[in-house]
Amino acid sequence: MRTDSYLPIVVLLLGALGFAVTPLALAWIWAKQFSPSKPGNDKNAIYECGLESSGDSWVQFKTGYYLYAIIFLVFDVEVVFLLPFATAFTGFGIGESLAMLVFLLLLIEGLAWAYQKKVLTWT
Amino acid sequence: MDEGLKSELSRQGVVATSLQELYNWGRRSSLWPLNFGLACCAIEMIASTMARYDMARFGAEVFRPSPRQADLMIVAGTITKKMAPQVVRLYNQMPEPKYVISMGACAISGGPFKQGYNVLKGIDRYIPVDIYIPGCPPRPEALIDALMALQRKIDAQQLTGESRPRHLNADEPSEFTVPTFGSHDLEPPQNPAVWHAPLVQIALAEEDESGTA
Repeated sequence: MRTDSYLPIVVLLLGALGFAVTPLALAWIWAKQFSPSKPGNDKNAIYECGLESSGDSWVQFKTGYYLYAIIFLVFDVEVVFLLPFATAFTGFGIGESLAMLVFLLLLIEGLAWAYQKKVLTWT
Repeated sequence: MDEGLKSELSRQGVVATSLQELYNWGRRSSLWPLNFGLACCAIEMIASTMARYDMARFGAEVFRPSPRQADLMIVAGTITKKMAPQVVRLYNQMPEPKYVISMGACAISGGPFKQGYNVLKGIDRYIPVDIYIPGCPPRPEALIDALMALQRKIDAQQLTGESRPRHLNADEPSEFTVPTFGSHDLEPPQNPAVWHAPLVQIALAEEDESGTA
């Protein structure tokens, strides 16, 4: 009986797989049978607005944006976690307080790091 | 399958179809136009998609901003020679099957600007056109008529055999020469594989007014 109880899941899994694979397989068979593939330079170009493509699609983004990510974490995630901390503050034992202090220390560390890197100044 | 039997079956609530009919039905019912306009005809094209004319009834309401997702190119307006390479490149970037409606006098022949040095005398010099709509600009009803004409054309296409459409034939090209800016004109001024100047024969001119028969 135990094996039988999992049988519906297997059936559903096979059904889900069929839903995903069947259209792809049909499209593949259709392409083989009727519709020939016609790739070309323009069609495979990385840019699609009518202008001639130049360069590669593998470009690098400016790494300087990690600063925004860190400051976002420090200020935003901090608030999210500090709010339940504040509401449950009176019922805390020593263990919870220590855990929260470590968490705060990590955030303060990030803030101090951002401060010494002078990214908090407005220019 | 016999047409009479088919209509009899459909009256009884049984739909009988062939793979070719199903394929054509799917293609003609989901013609997604490319979201681009060149001149004043584009305003009429926009109007025909709005609530009053409502092109969505024909399955053509989703104007795609990317050629990768579009089936139908509505060349709506004057094609300046500056713009022609971009139009051809956009056509090349559309996946098969793809169709072209040449909308308005300018897209057909250059229209009122035909004598201008800067206007392409018809987009059919570079890409194959399925439907032409005359007018300056054509009204939305004319565009809807063109769409219906294109749907009828798709409906009549064969899946196999010699008369099958371009996109099902492996020997027919999917991309066409993109013109470049030459010192005086676009290079080449037309694609000879797609277009050649109509030959006027004086002898035929009596029967056929254009003389091009």
